[in-house]
Amino acid sequence: MSLTAKNINENTKWQDLTLGLQVYEPATSRDFMTGEWRVSTPVLDMEKCKQCLLCVAYCPDSSIPVKDGKRLDFDLNHCKGCGICVEACPFEAITMKEGK
Amino acid sequence: MSLKERMSGNEAVAYAMKQINPDVMPAFPITPSTELPQNVANYIANGEMTTEFIPVESEHSAMSAAIGAEAAGARTMTATSSAGLAFMWEMLYVAASSRLPIVMAVVNRALTGPLNINCEHSDSMGARDSGWIQIYAENNQEAYDNFLQAYRIAEHKKVMTPVMICQDGFIVSHGVENITLLEDEKVKNFVGEYNPEHSLLKDTMAVGPYATSPYGMEAKRAQAEGVNQAKDVILEVAKEFGEISGRNYGLYEGYCLEDADYVIVAIGSACGTTKDAIDELRKEGKKVGLLKVRVFRPFPAEELTDALKNAKAIAIMDRAESYSSQGGPLAAELSAALFAAKSKAEVKKIVYGLNGRDYRVEDAKDVFAALEDIAENGNKNPFEYTYIGLRE
Repeated sequence: MSLTAKNINENTKWQDLTLGLQVYEPATSRDFMTGEWRVSTPVLDMEKCKQCLLCVAYCPDSSIPVKDGKRLDFDLNHCKGCGICVEACPFEAITMKEGK
Repeated sequence: MSLKERMSGNEAVAYAMKQINPDVMPAFPITPSTELPQNVANYIANGEMTTEFIPVESEHSAMSAAIGAEAAGARTMTATSSAGLAFMWEMLYVAASSRLPIVMAVVNRALTGPLNINCEHSDSMGARDSGWIQIYAENNQEAYDNFLQAYRIAEHKKVMTPVMICQDGFIVSHGVENITLLEDEKVKNFVGEYNPEHSLLKDTMAVGPYATSPYGMEAKRAQAEGVNQAKDVILEVAKEFGEISGRNYGLYEGYCLEDADYVIVAIGSACGTTKDAIDELRKEGKKVGLLKVRVFRPFPAEELTDALKNAKAIAIMDRAESYSSQGGPLAAELSAALFAAKSKAEVKKIVYGLNGRDYRVEDAKDVFAALEDIAENGNKNPFEYTYIGLRE
């Protein structure tokens, strides 16, 4: 019996893959750690952040979690380091640093 | 009672399409397969079919729409030739790797270069590594019968792989011959309903996801399994088809093969011509025979080499040039299989019939004479391949 996408990993044998790699459950991108592609990393200065949440809207992924109307620190498991949030921030609260 | 008719290969396959009445047919016309979607469109307009016909703007779109329809759970077919098949290339691989059992009628015609619209196998032979199953017909009866068997193979749980049903452009597609058709009810019962385990219309699912390098190799190995399993399924389906039609099919057909010293191996309509030559030469006491390859993908290496175990000299004939300096694809693959089977037979690689050049009974006789010669005197140029009817 083939596995669900969540249970497929780099140790999975070919016999256990789904037919045509079809994915039968939603929201599997949460389990796919695309953050490892990153070569530079956004850093948030909480002192400068006014919680306008523009960065959240501009993030092409969903790497800026929001709780109770306030943004939290970056989800680095999924942030690919594109730097768009740096440009979007009106308060210069986000800077990029080299590396992961 | 089965029905006697006179039909061209295109008409025969269009009739099979009508009897199967699949859910969706996206298609774009191209000579010599144009009559297929044209006839289907007529059947639909006359209320004889309920298939959703999608007139698309290109063959790339035809295959893309077929992939979408099949992924949605619809039994899907299309038809094409030559440059049309070439224009589908990118999507052929997507259909196969997504394990979508589309069936496509291919009417074999030369790929352009030089510009030519006549019979050749360069189109489907070029697509031989796309992951599709390939079944070839000698005549209109076989094209019809192969198409009727195609969905049972493609949709089999162990296979789930698209299938090309190939016939020779013009020679078969436009040549009118007698044909025996099955009754609609028999076809309906034989082909059955399509109930895919998963489909976009009934499941929450994604088709064709990205496979990074830690997954792609396993994905391709899993895909290959569908093709590997197809060999047994093709034979099972053929057996069942034989029971309802009285016409029997295998992975290949042998004609006067068992005791033959000199054997021509070929694909498609050339086999009919070769059979005529064999009938004449057998009357003269020559031990000549034919191995007609019906299934090229999966390549039945063990079965073909076993069928050739008594041959002294074998001519492997391709209606396609590979520009590999080694003849065509059938010659390359069968030679490799014969080596693996430790065959001692002499092999002559031949390219024939390019751009619609005729292959005649006399040509087949010349090939048999050449085989007799190399069986007695050895093949002086085993690395060379020759052409039939080339002016030089």
